[in-house]
Amino acid sequence: MAKRMPASRLLLGLAGVMTLWSGAVLANDDLLKQQQDAKQWVMPLGNYSSQRYSALDQINAKNVKNLQVAWTFSTGVLRGHEGGPLVLGNMMYVHAPFPNTVFALDLSKGGQIVWKYEPKQDPNVIPVMCCDTVNRGVAYGDGMIFLHQADTNLVALDAKTGKEVWKVADGDPAKGETGTSAPMVIKNLVLIGNSGGEFGVRGHVTAYDTKTGKMVWRGSSMGPDADTLMDPEKTTELGKPVGKDSGTATWEGDQWKIGGGTTWGWMSYDPELNLVYYGSGNPSTWNPVQRPGDNKWSMTIWARDADTGMTKWVYQMTPHDEWDYDGVNEMILADVKVGGKDHKALVHFDRNGFGYTLDRVTGELLVAEKYDPAVNWATKIDLKTGKPERVKEFSTEAGGEDTNTQNICPAALGSKDQQPAAYSPKTGLFYVPTNHVCMDYEPYKIAYTAGQPYVGATLSMYPPKGDENLGNFIAWDAGTGKIKWSLPEQFSVWSGALATAGDVVFYGTLEGYLKAVDAKSGKELYRFKTPSGIIGNVNTYEHDGKQYVAVLSGVGGWAGIGMAAGLTGDQEGLGAVGAYKALSSYTALGGTMTVFKLPD
Amino acid sequence: MLSRGLRLFVLASAFFLTVFLITTDRSQAQDSTTAAADEEKPYKIEKDGTVDWATFSGFRRFNSECFVCHGPDGVGSTFAPALIDSLKTMTYEQFLDVVTNGKTEVNTAVQKKMPTFGTNPNVMCYIDDIYAYLKARSDGVLGRGRPAKHAEKSQEAKDAEAACMGS
Repeated sequence: MAKRMPASRLLLGLAGVMTLWSGAVLANDDLLKQQQDAKQWVMPLGNYSSQRYSALDQINAKNVKNLQVAWTFSTGVLRGHEGGPLVLGNMMYVHAPFPNTVFALDLSKGGQIVWKYEPKQDPNVIPVMCCDTVNRGVAYGDGMIFLHQADTNLVALDAKTGKEVWKVADGDPAKGETGTSAPMVIKNLVLIGNSGGEFGVRGHVTAYDTKTGKMVWRGSSMGPDADTLMDPEKTTELGKPVGKDSGTATWEGDQWKIGGGTTWGWMSYDPELNLVYYGSGNPSTWNPVQRPGDNKWSMTIWARDADTGMTKWVYQMTPHDEWDYDGVNEMILADVKVGGKDHKALVHFDRNGFGYTLDRVTGELLVAEKYDPAVNWATKIDLKTGKPERVKEFSTEAGGEDTNTQNICPAALGSKDQQPAAYSPKTGLFYVPTNHVCMDYEPYKIAYTAGQPYVGATLSMYPPKGDENLGNFIAWDAGTGKIKWSLPEQFSVWSGALATAGDVVFYGTLEGYLKAVDAKSGKELYRFKTPSGIIGNVNTYEHDGKQYVAVLSGVGGWAGIGMAAGLTGDQEGLGAVGAYKALSSYTALGGTMTVFKLPD
Repeated sequence: MLSRGLRLFVLASAFFLTVFLITTDRSQAQDSTTAAADEEKPYKIEKDGTVDWATFSGFRRFNSECFVCHGPDGVGSTFAPALIDSLKTMTYEQFLDVVTNGKTEVNTAVQKKMPTFGTNPNVMCYIDDIYAYLKARSDGVLGRGRPAKHAEKSQEAKDAEAACMGS
């Protein structure tokens, strides 16, 4: 595909609609093919279906116990390292949090640095990133590497040389708009979502032309139909048309303008349906009393036409959020049998603690069950109406302003945050890294100032009553909505999982262990302590006939805030017990990639 | 060594200047030690654990505006300092200065950037409350989590809040 670059540039020189179309097809074909090549890892979540599954099986359940470190690489950055490296042919692309350094390493030359890109960014963007200066990875397409910087700039770099091809600002950090999410390349477009829900930023996904950086479409999470790219008749929720200006109708006055619903999670794409799927985040502020209404379309699963951005269907999981349960987690596309019927499904583990299975063609809700038994804010989801049946005791709206509503599960971190799950078509199971945390939540009145935090609630977080563990790693049956097995973890599991044809599932822990477990039973087969806590995603690739497993360690992110395991009481915190259980007694900062292999 | 000595000198000057300001502010009736002691205990905690309204209010504001970086209850995070430690050496004036005007420490080893909260009423209207809370935490007299009991909100506090927040 490197050869195609000059060809497509030549075509561009000829100008005209035909040219753009030809370029689009080339890029599309290229990535469509490459995402199926198990030897490479061409997009952050492995493939367009976001399955994080690899057909490689050289490392398997029998021999994984012999795994050893092949080589390591320091990013030179200390803060939280989310995401993971890409592998294309001989090249590996490694990214880092702010200042968002990108390295291109030549795997055939022992990981020699071919180029390094380090953007100059105004440090004033650092404090408007709510929860550390994380970045979830770069994307590849059309011979370029796309980087979504903290300051919202989207940069296209020549994959061979690291030279800047174009650069475009997606938003304004002075208003609290930032960039943390990984881009996705679809045909001739590169798509990005924005961050800043805690600053009253209105969310949107924007598609830019891969060749020029020119904006092609932008779909907002709220606002009039022209902003949300909805058709009152044709866009549906659970089969019913959404109606005119549904993105403003459930807001009081102009509140939708600072309504949140940012789109900082992951995207998936179905090439046959030509639909792109993603979720929108929390409505701003965290004080529900201050923003009456359903606050559409925050907390929503979106299906948009990839070419035009027009919305095919939506489903709002948590109308009128009262707990900060962002709907941004990954949408995994898989074939799932529900009640004896095969579905082209979309499986989503929401922050609100429910695992959803939807028909991704129609947006019909098929399954919605708790993937952590601790979840208590709702008893169940009504599959017909799609509405959660809320429990008054845990409603911060019912409690009202200046009242501390206690023992709500899950906490604002969600039963799972952005850390992506994996799906193995071999076992038919989903492997989900989860948080097992509850909270007290007290909303109060707050004023909006552009570029300043717009939170409006006080939180305390702790493990569910009677439990010591803050996390679980689970296997999930999306057809029935049942947990197959669950492995307790001392801290939240904040690392993206990897499933392989070798019947091994990998994930990282906050203490810094890379763990390999049996895909069928969950039995631990291997562990290795990396230099720092893992909040990155585990990837795999093949080079020179040998399978490798790679993961970034470097503790940070929301997981890195001083949460202590087993800390429930006021008094405990002052004593040695609390201090001993704090994450800081297990790991320290530092970004390193560790690459594993079997002995030669 | 020279630069370290210089830094100590600057720190010491700042310290004496602060003490001087505090003492002059209190119309020189008290000696400097008493004045400093008052300044250092802006909270009231009864024997049964009841905290004054300001400390409680500070708990609420801190665990909303500040905790996303400085960690729950001021214990710090991987990217911002533990204020329960910082306030052991930081004066009220220094605290106010950093919150109002921000602070930058960005180089190859660290990327620390405190924003300017000077224009944010959700912080500035409660700055003394936040200070009282953090000082109680830093002095080790208040544990983690929500204070179990607190004094009622006084009319004075209600009026001050309404005037500051403009509602």
